[in-house]
Amino acid sequence: MASVSIETARTETDNKRSKPSRLAPNYWPFVVPALIVIGAVIVFPWVFTLWMSVNSWTLGQEQTFAGLDNYIRLATDFRFWESLWHTLIFTVLAVAAPLFLGTLAALIFDAQFPLRGFLRGVFVMPMMATPVAIALVWTMMFHPQLGVLNYLLSLVGIGPQEWIYNRYSVIPSLVLVETWQWTPLIMLIVLGGLASLPREPYESAEIDGANAWQKFRYLTLPMIAPFLMIGVIIRAIDAIKSFDIIYAMTQGGPGTASETINIYLYNTAFSYYDIGYGSAMAVVFFVIIVALSLVLMMVRARTNWSDMETR
Amino acid sequence: MERPLVKRPLIKRKTLDRIGLLFAALVMVSPVVLFFLWMISLSLKYEIDNGAYPPILIPENFAWSNYVQVFRENNFFLYFWNSVLVTGAATLLALIIGVPAGYGIARLKAEKAAIVIMIARMTPGLSFLIPLFLLFQWLNLLGTLWPQIIIHLVVTVPIVVWIMIGYFETTPMELEEAASIDGATPWQVFRLVALPIAKPGIVVAFILALIFSWNNFVFGIVLASRTTRTLPVAVYNMLSFEQVSWGPLAAAALIVTLPVLVLTLFAQKQIVAGLTAGAVKGG
Repeated sequence: MASVSIETARTETDNKRSKPSRLAPNYWPFVVPALIVIGAVIVFPWVFTLWMSVNSWTLGQEQTFAGLDNYIRLATDFRFWESLWHTLIFTVLAVAAPLFLGTLAALIFDAQFPLRGFLRGVFVMPMMATPVAIALVWTMMFHPQLGVLNYLLSLVGIGPQEWIYNRYSVIPSLVLVETWQWTPLIMLIVLGGLASLPREPYESAEIDGANAWQKFRYLTLPMIAPFLMIGVIIRAIDAIKSFDIIYAMTQGGPGTASETINIYLYNTAFSYYDIGYGSAMAVVFFVIIVALSLVLMMVRARTNWSDMETR
Repeated sequence: MERPLVKRPLIKRKTLDRIGLLFAALVMVSPVVLFFLWMISLSLKYEIDNGAYPPILIPENFAWSNYVQVFRENNFFLYFWNSVLVTGAATLLALIIGVPAGYGIARLKAEKAAIVIMIARMTPGLSFLIPLFLLFQWLNLLGTLWPQIIIHLVVTVPIVVWIMIGYFETTPMELEEAASIDGATPWQVFRLVALPIAKPGIVVAFILALIFSWNNFVFGIVLASRTTRTLPVAVYNMLSFEQVSWGPLAAAALIVTLPVLVLTLFAQKQIVAGLTAGAVKGG
């Protein structure tokens, strides 16, 4: 194809870097403004956070170099380990529940039925709604006396729950809100996967007399596995960073029962103004997220035997 | 003939299947519908009705005054305007910077630039906030809308660049090559050839950047002062300080999120395209 030869021509001129040729227009001016902005608002904060994390500095006080003191303090900070545990539980649940429900929804919306387009549009709405506004209404619904959820439970004979006001049920309740909001994203990703599936295996399976469950288990599931993995990666990155809903509904409470790393980080930096310690926490948090993403991507590379990369 | 005999039960089964699927879809969608219905209901009820047990879905008297109260007593016109300015500026700046960048990166095949964007997506918003908060304080910008406009670029620029890279990778090169052989400068090629074809991609990037910037909360609670709050921060502050009355609170929540929901319904196709493209590429 023509584009192949032009491409090789371009890489050759790129290597020479002497004069701009007609075949290799200079594209750098297009990128430079964005590089400056990204440098200022993204790269500079990374470097600065790293630097602050080896300093001891509470806003309004003297700043001193502290070496690894902040990191040592973090390793022995019980509240940090506790928040790590909360983050882990929250993330696992907030990935698993939307993954299951989103896949189910995708299987339904992949089929043909009346009002399909409209209902799919409605289903996607929570994902785009403002999290704080959503959190506020959920808080009212979770109210132990006046909330509508306890009333609905009473209709099916279940006693009143304390939802976000009890240290044991607070994280599952927050996961419920997160699931309500983010199941559509998994649905959309899996729906994309289902749309790309070939027809033939299903036809031959039908001839062989496979039932619906067998077709799902042995055909659909393996073929959409790469898409499920993408859903898991994106959901995990978002869930581990979740802030708006938790902060607006519980601020980490009751006590510290729903304090995730992100909430503890916020409190450290902007309630106690302990900038150095907060920065160290931000660095560790960042490392955890990148490590998690890398692990998930490695898992995905293993499951990724289908040819979706060619799309 | 035998044919109709075979076909009729098949058709019947198909209609049954469709009704079953419709029912399943309605069950799936019901938490969404019930939630928003309840949100509207809360916002249109007086305090007595909101405190009633068993709860009332449709009250006898609608409390439109809740909405009046939100605007009159809580400065919501100002906060709405702040939100429009911050989101508008951050989105437009992101398009001006990000669309050419997406073009450049796609044509340069600069994989590393894409990785930076990907890592930016992973970084928790709070870790941008600490350094930039100190920077804005040092520059004496706190108290104006500038800190929020600038920090919202953290949200909007990566979205725009990411979507535009993906879009320009799929647009055909032949026209651009023909134009540059005819003596057009790279800028002319971009403006007159590449940009017009990319309009659908730009619309997707615009809508998504707009929504995620509008919804952003965490930057506002740290950087906004009393007069520079955006809507998400304003509604949160209503909860914590000014009142505990449910009607006006729900009304405020609805006002905050309504523009985004309307946009979602009208631009469903673009949003779905953008999110799935971004997501699939994101892996």
